[in-house]
Amino acid sequence: MMSFFTFPNPPMMPEAEALRGEVRAFLAEELKTMPPHLRAASWSGFDADFSRKMGQRGWIGMTWPKQYGGHERTSLERYVVLEEMLAVGAPVAAHWIADRQSGPLLLRFGTEEQRQTVLPKVAAGELFCCIGMSEPDSGSDLAAVRTRAEPVEGGFRVNGTKLWTTFAHRAHYMLLFCRTSGSPSDRHGGTSQLLVDLKTPGITIRPIADLTGAKHFNEVAFEDVFVPSSALIGEMGNGWHQVTSELAYERSGPERFLSSFVLFAELVRVLREHPSEQATIAVGRLASHFVVLRQLSRGVAWLLQNGQNPAQEAAVVKDLGALVEQEIPDIVRSLVEIEPGSERTAELARTLHYTVLAAPSFSLRGGTREILRGIIARGLGLR
Amino acid sequence: MAEQQSDDTALLLSESATRLFGSFDEKDIRAVEQGEWPDAVWAKVQDAGFPLALVSEAAGGFGIASAEAISLLRIAGYHAAPVPLAETMLANRLLSEAGFDVAEGPATVVVAESGAFALAKHGGNWRIEGRAADVPWARHAGTIVLLVEHENKPFVVRLKRGVASIAPAMSFANLPADDVAVDAEIAADDVRPAPANWTPQTLKAAFAALRVSEMAGALARVMEITVGYANERVQFGKPIGKQQAIQQQLAVLAGQAAACGGATDVASAGFDSLDVIAIAAAKVRAGEAASIAAPIAHQVHGAIGFTEEHRLHFFTRRLWGWRDECGSERYWSKMVGQAAMAAGADGLWPFVVSVGAARGA
Repeated sequence: MMSFFTFPNPPMMPEAEALRGEVRAFLAEELKTMPPHLRAASWSGFDADFSRKMGQRGWIGMTWPKQYGGHERTSLERYVVLEEMLAVGAPVAAHWIADRQSGPLLLRFGTEEQRQTVLPKVAAGELFCCIGMSEPDSGSDLAAVRTRAEPVEGGFRVNGTKLWTTFAHRAHYMLLFCRTSGSPSDRHGGTSQLLVDLKTPGITIRPIADLTGAKHFNEVAFEDVFVPSSALIGEMGNGWHQVTSELAYERSGPERFLSSFVLFAELVRVLREHPSEQATIAVGRLASHFVVLRQLSRGVAWLLQNGQNPAQEAAVVKDLGALVEQEIPDIVRSLVEIEPGSERTAELARTLHYTVLAAPSFSLRGGTREILRGIIARGLGLR
Repeated sequence: MAEQQSDDTALLLSESATRLFGSFDEKDIRAVEQGEWPDAVWAKVQDAGFPLALVSEAAGGFGIASAEAISLLRIAGYHAAPVPLAETMLANRLLSEAGFDVAEGPATVVVAESGAFALAKHGGNWRIEGRAADVPWARHAGTIVLLVEHENKPFVVRLKRGVASIAPAMSFANLPADDVAVDAEIAADDVRPAPANWTPQTLKAAFAALRVSEMAGALARVMEITVGYANERVQFGKPIGKQQAIQQQLAVLAGQAAACGGATDVASAGFDSLDVIAIAAAKVRAGEAASIAAPIAHQVHGAIGFTEEHRLHFFTRRLWGWRDECGSERYWSKMVGQAAMAAGADGLWPFVVSVGAARGA
């Protein structure tokens, strides 16, 4: 029997389940005054204090070696912490990117000095990273990167502009994907990654409001920015290989299907009093989707745990997950008449309002739907 | 050690299932759809021991995990194997758990609403009366197994060949799905108290879990056939699979196949404990996967896939039939929804996590 993709069935881990109780107790205390419509921002919610508390609990960098501030726990234990955070919409944005991808990238390709400088502080919830991938002319087509780091005496001189850089204005370091030789027509060749301290002179960070009014992404301009040679991550010219392996981390997690879960829970809160048959069926269908998405997503975590690169499987889960995330607002609208001024539906309405506006991003960020489906099609042998 | 041995056995079984089911051809499938009993085909399945895959070693099984046994059905589904394997596996499981001998030949199980059949004591024997439609393969089954409630307690009932009267009918998938009516006196020994946790509801769920596995196999095959066709069929000077519009559709199909596979893992994990909600969620998701995937397969195939001659419909018709058998998406969604509503807003996520959490025990 032929199988295009592999989704293993990870074993249950009692220690991970014990951890779950701890995380829930922590969240119940920390989030007790945070209303659902604010929690709906989920992993776009930035709260440095919250991240520091997570670090103190040992819930950042959980799988990393202890010598870098990590805790040497399994990826399924990490998965438990992530999904519990996301399901209630904890404001995890500050440490999220470094925990998910920058840390693992540095562990795999970074120098000892880079690891020592960055990772312990990341794990403590004190140092935040952002990802310099997209540019004005390089979005889905990442290989069209124009930002150039020209080798000079003792390092690089960087010129160019990064765009849509999430929380650059609150981050300490950027993992910069750029061109160190050749031109955009060379595509994958000649690209590299640099670890850039965002306090370096010549960097200008301009926040851009999104359509919800929130400012989380930025334009980051580099004008003759000197970056020392020690900032090079991995090998010069190996940037494409490194950045694509990073993307498997970016696409694999439960954040790719839980973005609207807070809204789903609020829906149940309102429906619960007198659920119609139609409402019960709709809620059951959605819950079934989450059960299966979680099964697949844990399978991806298990592949990562075993050192595999589940780029295809991650793309499948992200594509399926975004469909469900984006479907939820209209399901809410079809089941509940939002009455202006009604106390009963007021918080649901606020949460719905936010999620409707945020929903278009669910199939854009971390790889558009079309790009993901192209990746899946490649896995099917079609391209 | 014992676990290693059971893993090895499972691997051997899965290899032998792949070989055996792969050796059946479209003639065998068509013969069954014309109403023939596939004697030679079934004999091979029986020789391989697959009908006993879900029973304990003591009862003649292989001592493999239920999930491994259920994965044989995924292989059967992948090949549209024209045999009542799911039905016989489940019948044997229920028979052996209730203390009966396993069935000697093909068997089937009646999934009926509570009250469809009635039992009454009759001297030292029992009287059974009732009827059910769409009983898969009933006309060929040497043993028909029912779960009937009597004085609020469930009983497993074994009907030997000839006890019930059977009116042949065909399912959506063109497989036997007969009307079974019974009004007969049966021996005391043919009725036994149901083992723990078996009720008409859990029996329906158990059957649904097996159907989900068959669906995952059929859907994997639909994907493979469709991708293969897209790579071969040339239009506008290139294989249609090179067109982005087709690629995007096939990626959607692949996602649904993956979801159906995930649903099978959830359902299989819930089988031993008869975890109705886990299996319900799996059947809901598998049904939706079938509903999305089958039309894409037909769209990509164009007119040739709409012909009787092309094999695609062996698989798509099974998917359309199986999504409704043993409870449709609507039926099981309601059950999952009731449990989710009972959990409430703050309990919703813990509920999702708890579904199937008993797995691997």
